[in-house]
Amino acid sequence: MRETVCQFIRKDRQAAAGCIILGVWILLAVLVPLFWPFSYSEQNAQIQNQSMSLVHWFGTDKFGRDLFARVWFGAGISLLIGMTSALLNGVIGILYGAVSGYLGRGTDLVMMRIADVVCSIPSMLYVILLTLVMGAGVKSMILGLCVAGWADMARITRGEIIRLKGTDFACAARMEGISPVRILFRHLLPNAAGPVLVNLIFLIPQGIFTEAFLSFLGVGIPAPAASLGTIIQEARSQMLLYPYQMVCPLLVLCVMMLALNMIGTALEKKVKA
Amino acid sequence: MLRYTWKRLLTGLLALFVLVCVTFFLVRLMPGSPFQRGAVSEQVVEAIEQEYGLDRPLTEQFAVYLGNLLRGDLGVSYEDPGTRVTDIIARTWPVTATLGILVLAAAILVGTALGILMAVSRRKAVREVISAGGMLAAGIPSFAAAILLLLVFSVRLKWFPASGLLSPAHYVLPVTALALYPTAVIARMTGNTLAAEMEKEYVLFARAKGLGTGRIIFTHALKNAWRPVLNYVGPASAYLLTGSFVVESIFTIPGMGREFVGSITNRDYTLIMGLTVFMGTVVILVNLITDLLGAYLDPASRRAYRRADR
Repeated sequence: MRETVCQFIRKDRQAAAGCIILGVWILLAVLVPLFWPFSYSEQNAQIQNQSMSLVHWFGTDKFGRDLFARVWFGAGISLLIGMTSALLNGVIGILYGAVSGYLGRGTDLVMMRIADVVCSIPSMLYVILLTLVMGAGVKSMILGLCVAGWADMARITRGEIIRLKGTDFACAARMEGISPVRILFRHLLPNAAGPVLVNLIFLIPQGIFTEAFLSFLGVGIPAPAASLGTIIQEARSQMLLYPYQMVCPLLVLCVMMLALNMIGTALEKKVKA
Repeated sequence: MLRYTWKRLLTGLLALFVLVCVTFFLVRLMPGSPFQRGAVSEQVVEAIEQEYGLDRPLTEQFAVYLGNLLRGDLGVSYEDPGTRVTDIIARTWPVTATLGILVLAAAILVGTALGILMAVSRRKAVREVISAGGMLAAGIPSFAAAILLLLVFSVRLKWFPASGLLSPAHYVLPVTALALYPTAVIARMTGNTLAAEMEKEYVLFARAKGLGTGRIIFTHALKNAWRPVLNYVGPASAYLLTGSFVVESIFTIPGMGREFVGSITNRDYTLIMGLTVFMGTVVILVNLITDLLGAYLDPASRRAYRRADR
């Protein structure tokens, strides 16, 4: 498995570029808050709204906070939310879809109808209501993302399991008397890994996007913590005077999304081929 | 087809009911009273709550709310008791709907055109540019696109006005900002499926018959390649509604999205509830219609509602 991952990255330039950018972004998000001389929340009235310089690479905001530190701290929060929510949604969705597809019949019917109902309400509405109920924060954001995010994953996993259930090797495993749980987890799921993995990767930018969107609306991460969305939102009031305050976090966000999308698309192509 | 229609309708109704339940109970769970602010005394708050029936048991409130909903009554805004929620919807919905339809039309037209180009162009450069552009467009969040467009085209270059919806020129920037993502998705979908269709035998046969590529695409292949796009219209409508939240507040458009954002900042619970239910209903309806249309056009997709036992 490890070898195929390395091979895939080495062969596909798009995947390689995506992985490198994402790696650099993660490193910066971890290292900058640790080693950068300025903290993300320290205010200093002497250096308000400074433009980019050698000391403050991305300049400072209206409270005199160093934007380079803030942007990378925010990128870390965004990545954390994206990856955690994708992982949780992935686990829930895979289990749900696998059980539904493997059991089939009435169980499948009921389980898939529930997923349909959950899916047909726009998830952004759940997330907004939940952050209003539980108070804004990383936890309520992740929970909100998990209310509806698993449904697509469940559908994809179910489809794969149903397809694999009819294959000869599954039949052989059943005739050997292997327990259904073992068949499902050892024989069927590993074979469904491709499409499932692609969906998992695409869940990360979706989560990041939703978080940035909500923080931008003002129902996301509360101050003094910051995510890319909140930093962009804070810069909006003076975007005509100091556009760099908005452009820097925007670019960091866009490049992050682009890298994730590149990895996802390359993987999708590979799985389909 | 009839059985499928019934089942699909039933799921839609169930989704509506769940939407109403979730909205109602989550809004009731929100901490604090909507009337608690500043130096208002405890008695006054209680009196107002009594007036609005908020002191009764939750189940009773829910029954009343359901009854009102069935009669099309969404209550009055807590923030501005003179206005009914339905009036606000009637005022703002046409604006948002117009914007949404324009975006959808633009996305489908441009997306399909780009997709066709991507599928049939023999030049590698054309295909690469379109697919790279698509990835770029899909990677930019709608609010980021809106801000960048605003900064470049209306602040710096002054080509288009920055706010309001007075003339056709006002529509250009918001529509572009919202259409980027769906256009990219549709272009990729059409490109992929059309490329697969072009390899099939019936296309080869049409070629052998002497039909030109244009004719083959528009009369034969596109019909089959268009199915995923139809399925995408449902999710796209959800994307457009939520996208309108930010795009409308960035471009100061008096639509439903801006109203919703305002209701969140004001904690205007009836308005949040009313708009959530309304927007959820719209998305559920669009999903229902596209699913039924898809099932009508393609019998195989009805199988999704049959049992999967083999």
